[in-house]
Amino acid sequence: MKTNLYNYILELADNCLIAGQRLGELCGHGPNLETDIACTNISLDLFGQTRGYFQYAAELKGEDKTEDDIAFLRIEREYKNVLLVEQPNRDFAYTIARQYLFDVYHLLLLEKLQFSQDMTLSAIAKKSIKEVSYHVRFTGDWVKRLGDGTEISHEKMQNAIDGLWTYTNELFEVTEDAKIMAEEGIGVDVSVLKDVYYEKVTALLQEATLTVPASKYFQKGGKSGIHTEHMGYILADMQYMQRAYPNMKW
Amino acid sequence: MITTNQYIDEDLIPILEKVSDPEIPVLSIMDMGVVRSAILVDGIVEVKITPTYTGCPAMDVIGEDITKALEENGYKSSVKLILSPAWTTDWITERGRNALREYGIAPPLEADADKEALLGDKRIVKCTNCNSSNTKLVSQFGSTACKALFKCEDCLEPFDYFKCLK
Repeated sequence: MKTNLYNYILELADNCLIAGQRLGELCGHGPNLETDIACTNISLDLFGQTRGYFQYAAELKGEDKTEDDIAFLRIEREYKNVLLVEQPNRDFAYTIARQYLFDVYHLLLLEKLQFSQDMTLSAIAKKSIKEVSYHVRFTGDWVKRLGDGTEISHEKMQNAIDGLWTYTNELFEVTEDAKIMAEEGIGVDVSVLKDVYYEKVTALLQEATLTVPASKYFQKGGKSGIHTEHMGYILADMQYMQRAYPNMKW
Repeated sequence: MITTNQYIDEDLIPILEKVSDPEIPVLSIMDMGVVRSAILVDGIVEVKITPTYTGCPAMDVIGEDITKALEENGYKSSVKLILSPAWTTDWITERGRNALREYGIAPPLEADADKEALLGDKRIVKCTNCNSSNTKLVSQFGSTACKALFKCEDCLEPFDYFKCLK
């Protein structure tokens, strides 16, 4: 098995999976019907993308592994998602800010990944770009609306941005697997996306009358499996059925 | 090689036309453009379908419906999901667009117009009930991944708009 490629696919997929799981928690709990449907629609797109990646990873792994094994039967340390996407839905501003900060990165990543030498990754990226363009438009609009809204909505959005900012830098950390994949023309060197990412985010935050956090202190660890305290709860929720009833299907 | 052409054996077209999208029953999967190829090889029909959206839950059902429809006509088949080239609303046929409209879903506009419509800049999506252009966007996301939600300001009916995807 091509271990580097396998690990790299999980890196890509776990971000979509966990971001999608977080948004999925809003199903039936959104602030109103339209935003509830929008967030779960985005969640569905992200799960669709995850399935594409996991089916490919399962194929590489062989040993009769399926996409479900990869999604549901790993332990916390084996998930490679960034810390940003596992942060909880503290309030709607947090949910939107987290997704926006991820969406901007996600679109930049996919715009490069579509030129991957790997045909499967390139196909998933091309397909996903169309969906993620919608996501970033939706979340970006809400960051602006809340930031440039009432005193309270502004304060909540500013709190969310301040709270989540510390997790943004990890998006551009290059793991050993990603480095090898980038050298082979299969993966994307995400470090080159950093400047344009912060430019884009800064421009939108300013438009939303928000203050761009000045902190230079950043958290990382997710890509190497060291997660925040929130991760275990997500997995408990997500894996419950497969752990309680092994091999169950519906 | 990547091609946007469809390759479908002529004998199979009438069978596949009878299979519809489970979420939009008036729309045949052929008019939807999700069947990219269906070719008889060594007694087995190899079918390739492509999703409208990656997470579209209808795809599994469509795959099963195709297998069933072919089986009823004496064909064995294998259905495969492909992602490339990515589906676009351009592949919905004229007949498909009319079927959508009659069903109460406004068919997709051109890409530029779509953007203006979904940002609420212009009122160009026509009400499927009274044909008025005095409509407004309620939500960029509708009841399924492929749709947005609109409301007519004249007859006050809500309706779905099939988003343009290119």
